[in-house]
Parts: sequence; C-alpha cells; structure tokens
Amino acid sequence: MTEAPPQAPPARPASLGVIVNPIAGMGGRVGLHGTDGPALEAALRRGADAVAPYRARRALNRLRELAPGVPVLAAAGPMGGDHLTGEGWTVRTLPRSRTGPTTAADTRDAARAMVESGVSLLLFAGGDGTARDIVDVVGTAVPVLGVPSGVKMHSGVFATGPEAAGETAARYVADPARARCADAEVVDLAGDDLASAAPRMFGIARVPDARSSLQRAKAFTAGADDADLVALGREIAREMPADRLYLLGPGTTVAHVNAALGLQASRLGVDAVLDGRLLAADASEAELLSLLRRHPAATLVLGVVGGQGFLLGRGNQQISAAVLDAVGAGNIEILAARGKIAALDPPTLRIDVGDEHATAPITGYRKVRTGRGRSTVLRIVA
Amino acid sequence: MNDGMSHGVNGTNTTGGLNRADGTARRYHAAVWDEPLIMEQGAPGRRGTVPPGPMEGAGGGDPLPAGVRRTTPPDLPEAAEPDVLRHYLRLSQQTMGMVGISLFGTCTMKYNPRVNELLAARDQVAEVHPHQDDGSIQGLLEIVHRFDLMLRELSGMGRFVFQAGGGAAAAYLHACVTRAYHESRGELAQRRDVITTAQAHPCNPATAAAAGFNVITLPVERDGHPSLEALRAVVSDRTASLMINNPDDMGIYNPHIKQWVDIVHEAGGLCFYDHANFNGVMGRIKAAELGFDACMFMLHKTFGVPKGGGGPAVGAYGCTPELERFLPGPLVVQTDSGYERRENPEGIGRVREFLGNLPQVVKAYSWLLAMGADGIREAADISVLANNYMEARLLAVPGVTKSFDHLTLRRLEMTRFSLGEYTEQTGVTAVDVQNRMTDFGVDAFWLSHEPWIVPEPFTPEAGEGWSLEDIDYWIDVLAYVMEEGRTSPAMVKSAPHNQVVAQIDGSSLDDPSRWATTWRAYQRKNAQRANAAGR
Repeated sequence: MTEAPPQAPPARPASLGVIVNPIAGMGGRVGLHGTDGPALEAALRRGADAVAPYRARRALNRLRELAPGVPVLAAAGPMGGDHLTGEGWTVRTLPRSRTGPTTAADTRDAARAMVESGVSLLLFAGGDGTARDIVDVVGTAVPVLGVPSGVKMHSGVFATGPEAAGETAARYVADPARARCADAEVVDLAGDDLASAAPRMFGIARVPDARSSLQRAKAFTAGADDADLVALGREIAREMPADRLYLLGPGTTVAHVNAALGLQASRLGVDAVLDGRLLAADASEAELLSLLRRHPAATLVLGVVGGQGFLLGRGNQQISAAVLDAVGAGNIEILAARGKIAALDPPTLRIDVGDEHATAPITGYRKVRTGRGRSTVLRIVA
Repeated sequence: MNDGMSHGVNGTNTTGGLNRADGTARRYHAAVWDEPLIMEQGAPGRRGTVPPGPMEGAGGGDPLPAGVRRTTPPDLPEAAEPDVLRHYLRLSQQTMGMVGISLFGTCTMKYNPRVNELLAARDQVAEVHPHQDDGSIQGLLEIVHRFDLMLRELSGMGRFVFQAGGGAAAAYLHACVTRAYHESRGELAQRRDVITTAQAHPCNPATAAAAGFNVITLPVERDGHPSLEALRAVVSDRTASLMINNPDDMGIYNPHIKQWVDIVHEAGGLCFYDHANFNGVMGRIKAAELGFDACMFMLHKTFGVPKGGGGPAVGAYGCTPELERFLPGPLVVQTDSGYERRENPEGIGRVREFLGNLPQVVKAYSWLLAMGADGIREAADISVLANNYMEARLLAVPGVTKSFDHLTLRRLEMTRFSLGEYTEQTGVTAVDVQNRMTDFGVDAFWLSHEPWIVPEPFTPEAGEGWSLEDIDYWIDVLAYVMEEGRTSPAMVKSAPHNQVVAQIDGSSLDDPSRWATTWRAYQRKNAQRANAAGR
C-alpha cells in the first residue's frame, strides 16, 4: 500500500537508528540454519566469522558518502556504536542496561528506545530473527530497513545488498516526509527442529520503497508490484458474486482485497466476507468450517508466504484439509506479487497440509494472479 | 595519446592504466557545454526565417481563416536560426552519439550506411506528400511492394504492412488483428487470454493488455524456457493468442517451439512471433514454417535503419493469407498498370497514418538488397559467432557468470550475463560498472528487461558489424573496470567521471510530483517544490 502511514510525520531533522546483531549470519557458513540461541555456541565452535558487523559497515560507509552528517542513534558497543567511529558521523550511542553477551533482549531494548526518540528510520543488520525482534517492538510506527546479513532472509524488509541498503537509507533520510514506504511481511522459520522448520509470517513492517535503486535505463517497472496488487484487489472485489463466501487468507497481498472492500484485514489471520460484509475476522478452523456449512459456495483467496513459496500449511494452519475439502480445489484463487514470484527458485509453490487426499487436486500447474488481468502459472507441490 | 592514461576536466587521471593493443587507453571526455534549455534562451523579437506573405493574386489578407487563428501567440522562445542550430548541435555533442562502441543487447545496434540516408533524402522520397496521386509515386509504391515480397521470402508470411511505428506498435497491431479475427468467428467474448513468457519482450504483455486481453505470463523453468506442461495448463478455449520471442533475451532458443504452436492452434488460438531477436536466425528459419500466423520485424534494428534517437522506427507486421483481411489499410497492391493503395474493408483501421515511416522502408529495402539472401544468412551466422567469442572471453573475466550456466546449448546472438557474485563480493553493481565503462568511450550496456530474474544482469550484443578490435576493447574495458571495482570501488561507484554530468538520481522518474515532460510542468512542479521547501 502506498498511502502514508497513519502516524504523524517523523520529527525533524531526519535521524537514523542503527542496530547491528553482531552474531547474525555466523551460522550460515558453518552449515547451520540460523544463529539463534544454542546455535551460536555451535557456530563459534565451528569457527564462524562475524558477518553482520562487516556488512553493516559496508552499508554505513555508503550511507556516509551519500548522507554525511545525518544524526544517528546507535545501539551500544558491537550492536552499533563500534561501527560508527571515525570522521563524518554525528552519533549518539544508547546505554546498555544488561550485562553479558548480547541477546535478542538487547535488540528489543534498543528498538524501543529508538521509537521513543523518534528516529525517522531504523537500519539494522541481521537476518529474519533480528527483523522479527525489531518489528515486534516497533510495528509500523517506524520504517525499518535490513542490511542482509543473516542466515535466513525470507522477510521483505531487506535491501538487495549492503551498499543498496546504504543507498536506500540515504535517500530516505534525505526527505522522510516525501519518501514512500510499502508494507512488507516479516517471515521467519518456525519450529524447534531446524531441519523441518518452515517459514511463518510474524508481522508487518513499513519499509522504504527501494524501487529506483533497482535499475535505471529502459525498465522502470520492477517495483510496480504495489500498484498491480491494489488493482488486483479491486478486480477481485468487483468479481465477487452475491451470496458467495470469500475466505481471505493472511498476508499483505490478500489484504489488498480487504482494502478494496473497505474492510480492515486481520492480515495474520483468515477473514470471511460475504456480499461485501465481514462475517468473521481472524477465524479459526472451526469457525471456517461452520461458515462453509452455512455457505457452501465459497472461494478461498491465498497469498504466498516468504521466499520459499509456501501457499498452505505455514502461518495459515487454520486452512486445514477439512477446510480445503469443503471449499473445493477449483475454488482457490492464488495471488502473488511479481517480485515475490521472481524470488522463487525454482518457480514452485509448496503446500504442507499433511493430507494427500485434500491437497492432491491442488497440486500441479495452477494459475497465479499477479495484477489486474495479469497472471502467471506456477507448479504447486505438496 | 601515448602516456597510457587520460585526464578528466580537473586533470585527475580517470581512465587509469587500461591498455589497448598499442599500449594506450583511448582518451575520452564528453563535451561539456552547460547548455541552458531552449525555453530559457532567446530574446523578444529575434527570428529565424521570415516567410513571405501570400502571393500576388492569392486573395489577399490573412491566408488563415479567422476560426483557426490564435488569439494569443504561443509561448515559444524567440531565437535566431544560428542560435537554435548551435543549441541542438551542442546537445548532440554532449551525447555519445553512436561514435562510441555500442553493444546494447536486445537492440542490435548496427551501422547505418550513409548511402541509404542519401537515398531516403532524395526528392522522390523526402518531398512526396501522402495525398499525392498514386500515379505520381509509382517508384515509392514499387519499393514498398518489393520489400513486402522480400520479407515474405524471409518469413513465409502472406503479406506485410509497414504502418506500425515500432516493434511495440506492431505487437499492438497483432493484438488488434487477434481481436478482429476472433470477433469474425463470434468467439471474442470467450477468447480473453493472451499467453506470453517471462523472457519475451515486455511489449507483448503490454500491448495485449492495452487491447483488452488478460495476460498469462509463463515463468522460465530449469531448461531456460517455460515448460510445455505450464503452457498446456493455461491453454484453453479462452486462449486468443500466443505472443513470444525466440530466441529470448537470454539468447536461449526454445527447441520445442513447433509443439508450442501446435498446442495453441489446437485450442483455436493464434501464434505471433516477435522477431525482435531475429538477428541470430536471419535467413535460417521462417516463422510460417514453424506454424506462426503472424510475425514482426524491426526495420530500425535488424535491417540497418537508425534506431533510438537516430530516427523513427518501423515494426513490419506480416501475417498469413488467412489474416490478411484484418490488416490496416491502405495496402499497396500490384495491378496491370502499376501499383496502387487500396483500402482493406475488413481491416482493423489505422495504427498510424498513411503507409507509415516510408523513408525507413526505403533504407531497409536498400540494406536488404545490398546484403542479398546469402549475405543476410552470413550476417546471422557472424552475429552468433561474435557472441560466442564474446561469451568465451567474458566468462574468463573473474566475477562474470552466465544465466542458466548449466545449459550446454550454445546461445545465439546474445547471452545474458550476471555480476551477482561480483556485486556480493565488492558492493559494485552492474549499473556502477555500466556508468564507469562510459568513461572509456563505450556506450552504456543493456542490463535486462527483467532485472529481477537474473541478479545484476547485463546483456551485450556483438552483432555482425563490430570489428574484433571493437569487441576486444569493450571486453578489456569491462575487465578493467571490474578489477578497478575490487581495488578502488569508490572510483567505480562514483562514475561517470568523463561525462557531461556525473551520476543522475533516477528516483524522480518514479515520483509523479517531480517528473516533467513539458516546460510548463517543469516550471509548475519546481515552484511547488520551492514553496514546500520554504514552508
């Protein structure tokens, strides 16, 4: 969505919050799926090097070139201040209230202090876990931008590289009042067993629009996803026949359908709509089944979660095999931004509902709608 | 230049130690005129040519009827002819103007033979009026007809028209013909889908959408093209047409193309071959033999006619005899007594006025006559050979990789490369490298129409016309700049240094409150910004 956030414009002058998760990314090169909790010790035992500080400094160097003198509020020590030494910085470093090695609690403390100080943008270096900690605290009150430094980066809050993060941040702080933001999903692997963990959506963040850093010259449309999705939301809202139940799945993409209907989306849950009216918000499996019994003619509208292309079974477990059975495989509409599809390698969507009978009719090549009158076809595997 | 380096305006060395074969770098710096806009120049009362009044006996008074006369004069700059000439010459000097080395992929940048320009400038072409009687432009009509026959020979199609003012206009023409075809069969309401691929030129989905169709884009899969299964999954009795390039912009030729056409035909859809990438297959394949119903050639790239700022374009659109009745009139037809323009009663109407950009057709006709049937085939082969030479040399440059590098099939006239790994290592992007290369008198390269598929893409196209020295120099410059990006990334990231202006912030192009395509809009939006800043 491109509308301005409901909050008051950020206090002037523009300022930047910086949080570095010093251990992020260390697990990746030694074959771990993250550096959360006990994985850190394992990473250190395997001789992991610090990744995030190095990448944060690359982003910050670029930022300093383009926006010299911008006031920075940094987390303490290795979580910020240590990387902002030397000429050209106007830095205030937050005090640290804890002792011992830095943990997620330090990230959350720093993020909270930055929201209270009214920073215009929060730049962080880390992965999905760091993004989750920060967005949990700041929500959509302050835009965030990630310097990609983690092992897992399924969330839509990361720039394409460290320098690109520095460039986007510099452009944003140059004029926060005029800069545009978009909503992005915060996704992280969930589950205790790392080998079987799968992405789930944990929240929504505001992220500076980075489209013009993508490419100049002949192609300007790469970042036009938002306009496409707004139009697609309207198209689907217009198509809705009378007396047909619509189950709107979680995520920012499907939320455009709610928006077109003038309804507030629960975004992390499933909403039920009939004749333009909200019948249930964030409905449970039991509620969905009960609604489907009363309104058997139904359409399920689904978005795609994260970079691994999960359609079902991740963050939308309420859409169970029984719900799918009741809706019918022919009555599922899949929506996805073109950018999200481009990030899929291979171009495949996944479902994991644990019931072959219910999912078999959904698998194979299916149409995925990407804009008004625009679609693609993707293979769906169970 | 013999000291191995060149110097920027401030005397600093900005092209480093790049060596040509003779041990020197080409010294290059763009002309800097700091030229104001034409709207900011001139003075009241300055004039160029003052036309004479009406001739004696022409009726006297003002030659324009009162109803069409302006009440207030237009707000134009008043400038003398030499000032205007100097202004535009200076602007032209500030560009590379096709005197650098331009291997701008997907655009097939060719030399435009001067003799063709001379032919098009002859009175018989340049001074004719479209409303002249057919009898007075027989030569021109004959050229149109003969060129049509030549393109039929190259494609197997039944007839060509040259009205479309570019490749995208020809794709739109196909979308209109598709509409008319299905309407004539009473199936238009049902046939709403146009199928294309993620690596087809974006004009295909765009024009289909503009003509009111839904667009289904097939993703590229592991073989470097969409799968037959994906195609089968979307083809139905709703299919109106397939619109596709082959080879695509990655230089990958889809070997199943005949099967594709068959699948779409069986469902009742039409098949359109966008021949934007014709250069590697000229004279080697015919669209009609592959089963296509229509195709498009770009005279302004493939056929030696100036492209881009060099001149107006022509998208030559050809179709099978079955679709001819839907072509936009007037058609040029041969009769017993010569040639005439004839309306096409069932045609889709005009996509442009009259017969299109005829001077360009004359140039393309002359180019094709000079090339001959054997010559055009040889040119295609050379362009494929040159690309494969480039590919071998470029892949030896550390940091350069190829899209879909697991495919062993040779690419045709271009290859999509990637600097993704290099960018990850250095922070220097393909755009940075592109900017820096212009400091050496090399035109900016083409990245990709779909920059989100291959990371940090670039797509050079050697074509058949550039010399081995030019291609080698281009590669040497790229290799030099990439190495420079490892040792002094700031030099590359802050490039260009030898151009008229330094880096341009492109973000205004995404911001409706800042972009301006007219002087009036420029003034208004600048004033709004100034006001906002002052508040």
